[in-house]
Amino acid sequence: MSDPTNAAAPETAAPDMAGLTKRQLKRMKRFDNPWNNPKLIWGVSLLLGIVALGIFGRLFWDTDLVFTGAVMPSQAPVGFENLRGQVGLASSPLGTDVAGKDLLALLIVGAPNSLYVGVLASLIGMSLGIFLGFTAGYTGGRVDDVIRVSSDVMITIPPLLILVVVQASFGDITLTMMAVLIAAFVWQSPTRLIRAQVLSMRESGYVQMARLSGASDRHIMFREMLPNLVPYLFGSFIANVTTAIVTAVGLEVLGLGPQRVPTLGRVIYDAIDSAALTRDMWWWWGFPTVLLMVMFIGLLLINLGLDEVSNPRLRRL
Amino acid sequence: MARYLANRLFTLFLTVFIAATLIWIIPRLSPVNPIDAMLGRMASGGGTIENSGAIMEQLMERFGFNDPWYVQYFLYIKNTLTFDFGLSTNSFPTPVAQMIGGALPWTIGLMMVALIITFIIGNLLGALMVWEHTPRPWKAVIPAMMVFTSMPPILSGLLLMYVFSSTLPWFPLNGAYGINVEPEWSLSFIGSVIHHGVLPAMSIVVVTFGFWALGMRGLMITVQGEDYTVLAKAKGLKKRYILYKYMIRNAILPQITAFALKIGMLVAGQVLVERIFAYPGMGKLLYDAILTQDYPVIQGVSFVIILMTALAVFLVDLIYPLIDPRIRLGG
Repeated sequence: MSDPTNAAAPETAAPDMAGLTKRQLKRMKRFDNPWNNPKLIWGVSLLLGIVALGIFGRLFWDTDLVFTGAVMPSQAPVGFENLRGQVGLASSPLGTDVAGKDLLALLIVGAPNSLYVGVLASLIGMSLGIFLGFTAGYTGGRVDDVIRVSSDVMITIPPLLILVVVQASFGDITLTMMAVLIAAFVWQSPTRLIRAQVLSMRESGYVQMARLSGASDRHIMFREMLPNLVPYLFGSFIANVTTAIVTAVGLEVLGLGPQRVPTLGRVIYDAIDSAALTRDMWWWWGFPTVLLMVMFIGLLLINLGLDEVSNPRLRRL
Repeated sequence: MARYLANRLFTLFLTVFIAATLIWIIPRLSPVNPIDAMLGRMASGGGTIENSGAIMEQLMERFGFNDPWYVQYFLYIKNTLTFDFGLSTNSFPTPVAQMIGGALPWTIGLMMVALIITFIIGNLLGALMVWEHTPRPWKAVIPAMMVFTSMPPILSGLLLMYVFSSTLPWFPLNGAYGINVEPEWSLSFIGSVIHHGVLPAMSIVVVTFGFWALGMRGLMITVQGEDYTVLAKAKGLKKRYILYKYMIRNAILPQITAFALKIGMLVAGQVLVERIFAYPGMGKLLYDAILTQDYPVIQGVSFVIILMTALAVFLVDLIYPLIDPRIRLGG
């Protein structure tokens, strides 16, 4: 049966070539670079924007304003009024909290901190994952059993809950400490992923060829196998950065993050704690929330873009 | 089958055992002596304490800190496995198990509702993203709905709270039921619970459905090109019938595995949602315990949530071979 809606709308992606528009056909002929992906580019730009806020913000704005009592408390952003009817001043363009901390300064210092924790935790987790995944997949036997079972076990345990116990017992910690602790919970998925890939690659033609030519194990692992894993590794890395930031923000919102360094989660914690919602101080929780959202949207776009790079079926014409 | 079962059961026990051990070891690595901390709080509350040395001795004995570590450890494991988490130090002498028992139904109720809504909405939207007969406006709107994916639900919670509770007074700001309603099986109570549960549940749904939608999209693209789909079309079956019975039904299987793994993240995220909505579940219990440094409660809540996650993963592993007859058991 012919489908009238489909015939009228030839742009819908149909598996046959005849249904394609001229534009789509042109796009198919073009030799295009999969890395030149709009989602990927948008995602990277958003994250670079946050990094730029951290770098250039420090040059143009006084970061000492993050301390208690640095400016007049409870001010609205420029162009708005607080509950007492005072207009926001240009001296604190994004407003201030009840303790007299400048919101703009808090964002400039806090946003890169969240990103730093995420990237560092993910880097450590990734390195562990690459090491363990290769060891498990390549060695096999007992070693493989131990690594497989422990990653199965650890993937079930939600990091936040163990970290709550850690923080509650140790008290204040630094950003780097927090990143290291979170890293202990983000090595499992790269380990599983790499193990599975290594197991399938071990039997492939080019690896056997390399082995026959007398290549060392190290050469096979890092020169023959690793380059093929790059898109997967990137994807896994970004997914882990997201998990790490979610965990870090979770700890901070529970009041368990670093106490002396400003973080976005900590600002939200203070805002909720001082009933900013009922006091209608939307700028206090709103700006850090929006900034974190931008960060997560950036990470999501990068992840979707990387999916399309490694899986051509997902690419839209 | 027996080997598969034994394998899964072993992983379950190991998970619970390792989690329990971590929760036991971590506070003992801390430089802060819990009895010192407790005495410190007592002193700050009521001035000087006479005979603090004697009290300290007494408490050390009472909590068993004078026993060798292996005796302490085995006692702890024995108690934990029988759900005896000791007494809360903040609301002394309420047993921790009793406090958890009061909070657990709220958490499980909210989680189940959020989970079911997310799974249905997420998979349907994911399927619609690929289906060729999806109305044009939907094709444009659905991808835009994904922006909240993988955010912590506190962010969506704060926004929803601000819009639908502070600005538009449609839903209550916090709690699980109104202060003027008696907790009993009456229509007004159930209505109040639903009214209070909408925002917390929504804030979880908004950030989690995209995960399933994106997964479903990838799977549907694969199913779309399969021979059986083409044959079903050639047979002239109804479009919707093909979508539900041929495409979604085949694509949904890997989603069920992901379901199990996602439960852990969901539970952890919910801890935070409960904290901002002051919802009287495990998350609020945990948060209050953190504020008052109530270690037995912190440990008890963490253990129970990890146990729940591990059990959920185990159950999904058991159900999976029943749903997908193609799965190879024993591997």
